[in-house]
Amino acid sequence: MRPGRYLPVTAASVMAVLLSGAIAVPAHAATIQITIEKMEFAPAEVSARVGDTIEWINKDVLAHTATARNGDFDVTTPPKKTVTSVLKKAGTVEYYCRYHPNMKAVLRIEP
Amino acid sequence: MFVRLSTALAALSLLGSAALAQGAKPTDPQIAHIAYTAGVIDIAAAKQAISKASNKDVKAFAQDMVRDHEAVNKQALDLVKKLKVTPEDNDTSKALSKQASEKLAELAKLKGADYDKAYVANEVAYHKTVNGALETQLIPSASNPELKGLLQTGLKLFQGHQQHAEHVAAELK
Repeated sequence: MRPGRYLPVTAASVMAVLLSGAIAVPAHAATIQITIEKMEFAPAEVSARVGDTIEWINKDVLAHTATARNGDFDVTTPPKKTVTSVLKKAGTVEYYCRYHPNMKAVLRIEP
Repeated sequence: MFVRLSTALAALSLLGSAALAQGAKPTDPQIAHIAYTAGVIDIAAAKQAISKASNKDVKAFAQDMVRDHEAVNKQALDLVKKLKVTPEDNDTSKALSKQASEKLAELAKLKGADYDKAYVANEVAYHKTVNGALETQLIPSASNPELKGLLQTGLKLFQGHQQHAEHVAAELK
């Protein structure tokens, strides 16, 4: 009896959250981890959406950057630190480390 | 160009002949010493560049070299301590150090843009040489898997620095 009574309310509030979320930021905004270890970005290819947060986890004793070739982002990750950034623009973005240009990876950012 | 090439070749042949002269592949304590020495050499060159370079990209590159090589050499020292390996001086390390101090003296005589160009050109050549030694000699000879792993990461680091140096060199032209 009780669960039945509360169900419509719960459903409505979920709808409200979804709707308001859809207007402000994508409702499915996710946090995606990209690890930097032994001079490599892993995974080397990641799919994400605009509004998602990337957690750049640097496990190396070296400072790195995640620098978009098209200039869309440039994140510096100090040694043994995690840095977050939010994806703002859609596109297939190749990025690299400015300090070690042999470190390369790809982010596919959907709208 | 001639200077750059001949420097690289000279260093490479020193690396090759010194190890070959011993008639055997280098041991882990020797490999650790060579790798550590290679880092120390680049730090010394970078410190000279930080005080002498006039171009800001060259200066920034030199600062990157100090930061990276100090970090990796610390990691290397931690590893040899853990493995209870005592780095052992050897002919290859000696040859590398001797050649590097000659190069430092040569660079010390240059000024301004001439110095900047010569430093960066030598960085390209030096990293190329060390990469060759790591790939063909040090990594294949290393027997401890953790030491081998650190050298493999070191190779990627040196390759990254080489590309970075090539980029800076291209910008100077």
